[in-house]
Formats: sequence, structure tokens, C-alpha cells
Amino acid sequence: MPQIAQIASTYAGQIFWLLIVFGLIYFGIGRAMLPKIEATVDMRARKVADDLAAAEAARVAADATEEAWRTKMAAAKAEAQAETAAAKTKAALAAEKRVKAADVKAAAKVAEAETSIRSATAIALSSIESAAAEAAQDMVAKLSGAKVTAAAAASAVKEAMVHG
Amino acid sequence: MAAEGGKIDPMHQFTVEPLVPLHVGGYDLSFTNSALFMVVVLGLIWVFMLGGMKRELVPGRWQVAVESVTGFISNMLAQNIGPQGKAYVPYVFSLFMFIIVANMLGMMPLGIIPGVHAFTVTSHLTVTGVLAVISFSIVLVVGFWKHGFHFFSLFVPHGTPTIMVPLLFVIELFSFLIRPFSLALRLFVAMTAGHILMKVLAGFVINGLNAEALWVAPVVALPSFILMIGITLLELLVCAIQAYVFALLTSLYINDAVNLH
Repeated sequence: MPQIAQIASTYAGQIFWLLIVFGLIYFGIGRAMLPKIEATVDMRARKVADDLAAAEAARVAADATEEAWRTKMAAAKAEAQAETAAAKTKAALAAEKRVKAADVKAAAKVAEAETSIRSATAIALSSIESAAAEAAQDMVAKLSGAKVTAAAAASAVKEAMVHG
Repeated sequence: MAAEGGKIDPMHQFTVEPLVPLHVGGYDLSFTNSALFMVVVLGLIWVFMLGGMKRELVPGRWQVAVESVTGFISNMLAQNIGPQGKAYVPYVFSLFMFIIVANMLGMMPLGIIPGVHAFTVTSHLTVTGVLAVISFSIVLVVGFWKHGFHFFSLFVPHGTPTIMVPLLFVIELFSFLIRPFSLALRLFVAMTAGHILMKVLAGFVINGLNAEALWVAPVVALPSFILMIGITLLELLVCAIQAYVFALLTSLYINDAVNLH
């Protein structure tokens, strides 16, 4: 086994060169290059964390904006609904008023028509009475030859009309 | 190399061969194939890490790969040690990268290039031993620096009856002191054993094909080759797991020193 057979003649050289090489690796690579690489890794991790935090903040802000928009929209909707309701009641009131006015007018017209009908009826009745009195006078004259005065005929007709 | 003179020598791959001789004060500090592969490991890690240095906010594939490795180690330390573990990320990362790249480099099929042979740095007890001693030293230094002599309470678990304290102290101290050996031996043995097994199987394949009897090739070489494919995949897994275990145990030991228990 050369490792043991040669140990006496090679140990010094092995140790010498190992210390040189390992020293170079430790100071040149472990101490000089490694921290820079780790710094890069740390920087990247920090950047990623920062970006995530920024994204989270942006999300929160967006949520707040949306919430504000929602409340605004709800308020606007409620306002619009209130306005609509007010307009509806106003319109209903106006329509009612107009209907009432029309009703009054119509009632007046109806009353006028009724009075005119009533006067027409009275005129017709009085003309019926006079016609009946004349007819009664004629009938009495033709049947009995007696002369009945116009006044008597009229009173007889009136009596008949009253008693049916 | 391995089959010189028709003989299979599964140990030859671990031989350290000097490339550039260098002797300083009686010590042999020659630039060897082992040192060469360490330098290659350093270069590979450096090139890999360069891909992570673009530092873009939206990373490319390479940058993601680098960041996932660094993230893996820093997560491991954060989970095992807590917020204080951040201070040890550079060390554990260097350790993990050095071991895993060295392990993987040793598995590369460089042998197909004549005269070149893959060398596994971590299959040497000297190397794994030094890494384990560094880890253990960090544990000791951090432990005594943070807790002073209170660090010895690590060896007395909570709720120990007073009469048991001396015995448990000795047992816990022993298990604590064995840590660097277990760290070093585990990696060294895992890498060595795997490479020896692969070399032996490769010897079966080559010798089976070269055998005079024709029936040897299908009966010995082919199954060995199929087995080698599986063992290679297993070895790649072991390469990653051993690096992970070394880094994980180091972070657990550092946790003991930082937080006691």
C-alpha cells in the first residue's frame, strides 16, 4: 500500500502542497467568492420578498378601491331609486288631481244635463196636460155635446194625472 | 501501468511520483502527481465558481448550479449549528468542494490517454488526515475560545449521576479524541477500497481477454466488465456521499463546540 509505504518520504510534500492548495481554496474561493455568491442569493431573496410585499399592497389597494366603488355604486343606485320613487308619487298625485278636476267638471256637466232633462220633462208634461185637456174637451163635446170649458178640462186632466 | 509484465498491481495507482523535485531543509517538498491533481482540483473549483460570479438577478443554469451548491452547504450549517453557523460556511464549503472534486477527478477515465493516470488525492491518509486535523483544530479552538474550560462539560452529558461522571468523562473524551481519526480513515478507506476493487475488476477484464483459453473471456471478462459498470456508478455515489459525510460530520462537531449540548 503506497499510501503507507511511502508515508515517510511523501508526508511533508503532501502536507505542504495540500496546505497551499487548500489555503488558496479557503481564502480565494471560500472567503472571497462565496460571500459574493451568497450576497447575490440574499439580494434575490430580498427582491422577491419585496416584490411579493408590493404585490400584496397593490392587491389590498385594489380591494379598497373596489370596495369604495361598490359603496359609491350602491349609494348612486339608492339615490336613483329614491328619485324614481319621488317622481312616481309626484306623477301619481298630479294624475289624481287631474282626475278629480275632470270628475268635478263631469259632475257639473251631468247636473246641467239633468236640469235640462228635468225642465224638458216638465215642458213635455205640461204640453201633455194641455193636449190631454184639449182631447178631453173634444171627446166630451163629441160624445155628449156638452160644452166643457177649457179650464174645467184642464183641472180634470190634472186631477187624473195626480191620481193616476 | 497496472498490468506491467502481465501482472496486475491494484496498488500502483496510489503511488506518489515526483514530477518536479524540490528539497527544502531536509524535507522532500517535490511537486508530485498528487500535488498536480490538487492544483487541478483547485482550478476546477475556481472555474466552477466563476460561473456563479455573474451575479445576475435572474440566474443562468451555471449560476443556479453554483448557487445550489453554496446554498446546500449554508443550509446544512444553518440547520446543524443555527445562525452562528454562517461563520463556518467558507471552511465547510472549501472542505466539501475539495473532497468531492478530488474524489470525482480520481474517477475520471484519464487512463485511456497513454502515460496519464488518474490520481485520487483523497485516497491518501496524509491528505485526509490533514483535513481531519484542520477540522478538529477548528472544533478545539472554537470550543475553548467560546466556552473556556467549560468546554469540558461537553464530555459530561446532562443528568449524569455524580458517581458516573469520571467514567463517562473518560468515555466521552475518548470518543471526542477519536473523531479526527474516524474522519480521516473513513474517507481514506472508502476511496482506497473502491479504487482497488475497480482496479482488480479491470484486471479480470484485461487478463480474461488476454487468456489463452477462449472460454475465459465470456465467463470472466464479460461479467467483470458488467460488474465494473455498476461498481463505477456506486463509486460515483460514494464520492459524493463521502464528501457529504465529511462536511456534515465537521459541521456537527463544530456545532458541539459552538453550542455544547
